[in-house]
Amino acid sequence: MIQLEGVWRIFRVGEGEVHALKGVTLTIERGEHVALVGPSGSGKSTLLHIVGCLDRPTRGRYLLEEREVGSLSEEERSLLRRHRIGFVFQFFHLLPRLTAQGNVELPMLFAGTPPEERRERAARALEAVGLSHRATHRPDQLSGGERQRVAIARAVVMDPAVLLADEPTGNLDRASALEVMELIERMNARGLTLVVVTHDPAIAERAKRVIRMDDGAIQGAAGTADRGPRTPGRG
Amino acid sequence: MRFLDLLSFAAGALRGHRLRTALSVSGVAVGISAVVALTALGEGARRYVVDQFAALGSNLLIVMPGKVETTGGAPFGGVTHDLTIDDYRAIAKLDRVHRSAPMAVATDTVHFRDRGRAVPVLGTTANFAAVRRLEVGSGEFLPPGDPDQGGSEIVLGVTVAQELFRSENPLGQIVRVGPWRFRVVGVLAPRGRSLTFNIDDVVLIPVRTAMRVFNRSSLFRILVDVRGHGEMELARRDVEKLVAERHRAEDVTVVTQDALLSAFSSILNALTLALVGIASVSLAVAGVGIMNVMLVSVTERRAEIGLLKALGAQDRQVLAAFLAEAVLLATGGGVAGLALGAGAIRAFVAIYPSFPASPPAWAVAAALALSLAVGVGFGVWPARRATRLDPVAALARR
Repeated sequence: MIQLEGVWRIFRVGEGEVHALKGVTLTIERGEHVALVGPSGSGKSTLLHIVGCLDRPTRGRYLLEEREVGSLSEEERSLLRRHRIGFVFQFFHLLPRLTAQGNVELPMLFAGTPPEERRERAARALEAVGLSHRATHRPDQLSGGERQRVAIARAVVMDPAVLLADEPTGNLDRASALEVMELIERMNARGLTLVVVTHDPAIAERAKRVIRMDDGAIQGAAGTADRGPRTPGRG
Repeated sequence: MRFLDLLSFAAGALRGHRLRTALSVSGVAVGISAVVALTALGEGARRYVVDQFAALGSNLLIVMPGKVETTGGAPFGGVTHDLTIDDYRAIAKLDRVHRSAPMAVATDTVHFRDRGRAVPVLGTTANFAAVRRLEVGSGEFLPPGDPDQGGSEIVLGVTVAQELFRSENPLGQIVRVGPWRFRVVGVLAPRGRSLTFNIDDVVLIPVRTAMRVFNRSSLFRILVDVRGHGEMELARRDVEKLVAERHRAEDVTVVTQDALLSAFSSILNALTLALVGIASVSLAVAGVGIMNVMLVSVTERRAEIGLLKALGAQDRQVLAAFLAEAVLLATGGGVAGLALGAGAIRAFVAIYPSFPASPPAWAVAAALALSLAVGVGFGVWPARRATRLDPVAALARR
């Protein structure tokens, strides 16, 4: 599903270079629930952005659903993001001028989905996150937990293969965080691949697999960073 | 992305900043209304002149002594013959000429008792009234008859009559022009300015008398009313040929009404274009205003742009979304400007009812096209900045 082979990401900062990822090799299978943990600056967000096709590796290969995506045009990567990838952010990133319904319809707007179908699918997505009664509310009329649930509805409305969540509970109280996690875990149980970046050990614990990152590399894979472990797929 | 969705998405973004939107719309509105109003005035001026010419009679030929041409070499080459009353009589007999009137002109003072008024004195014949579409307010026009006859009748313009006679009836009274005495036979109906003369402020006397009074041997003009508008060019050649035979030289100039009209028309069109050019400056300023607003908007909405990209919006869709905002601002301003301009013109016409000011259809279309162009032209750069934004950096900030 997701295969990274010797992925480096190097940022140029002024005169110097920052090695955000140092030869990461990683495979995530379809339907997995993976937590990415590590201290700030360990490269876990950078990794998530590369997996989400928002950023490109400086070196190395990245295959999403057996397709090399590092060399795709920006256009094609947009289409991948639209159809195969769902994003959930720490700060929700809902458009304040749109209602919950409008925010959920947003990806379909750019996909050119006809209005009736858009409404119907957004309503179903809101129902799935238990917010049908809030459809006409704007984000500032919703609680944090509700906002994140709207964001999740938006992330899955295009029926993606993978959901990428960057600190999805970082801005929520305990109870809301739990609600949100239960929600995306239910989606995971139905086959949606789930990658969650988190600081929170309690959230990380819920994952079936925890990947620890430090200083741009996956811990436990030290020394073999460039070649990486043999992937189960090639068993 | 569907076109209507694009528009409503852009409109939604604009509604979020009502004041800012209103200000940039009004900037464009001022520019467009200036374009529309000034075009209407320029066009009004042109129509005014055209109407004036039409009042002169559209089948008019004007014969002037002297040839308009550049001659070189021989310093004493051309002898210019006088344009005489005999020439006029010959022209009047031409087949294609409906009627014709000679004109001799000088400025002199007309006296009645102790009052005097310096006015243009036109020497002509009875036909002049018909050729120039003049109406007599009271009394009669100059009597018909042999133009060589002379006579001591005088017809007064309405202003002259009022100034010299106040409340008295001028008909039958005797006025003096220099040492010459004339009997007032008629007063013209009010007409107003007609291009060259304020016809209300002239006096008319028989042409032969006028030439004697002014001691002139040549007429100033011969006005020719051609039978049909389609025969203008033929009639012009007839007149030129006739006079050339009589003078044994091509020493007169014959201009058609159309030639004069198109000369005036092109001058006034140039004037209109100049006015539009000036108004366009304010449009350019408004365009820069839109650009500024859009740049601010792009900077403010970095997170939104990052989000749209993360949701799978392609670069050209982001470009289209921001461009649509700029175009909405500009065309909104264009429509408001048209309304504003139309209001201004209506107010102007209410104050000066005789001035036919109205924006030509092409100006309305051009104003809308122009506002569209302003939106695209000044919106493209901010929109491109939006598309170039790195989504990771844009999303990282709150």
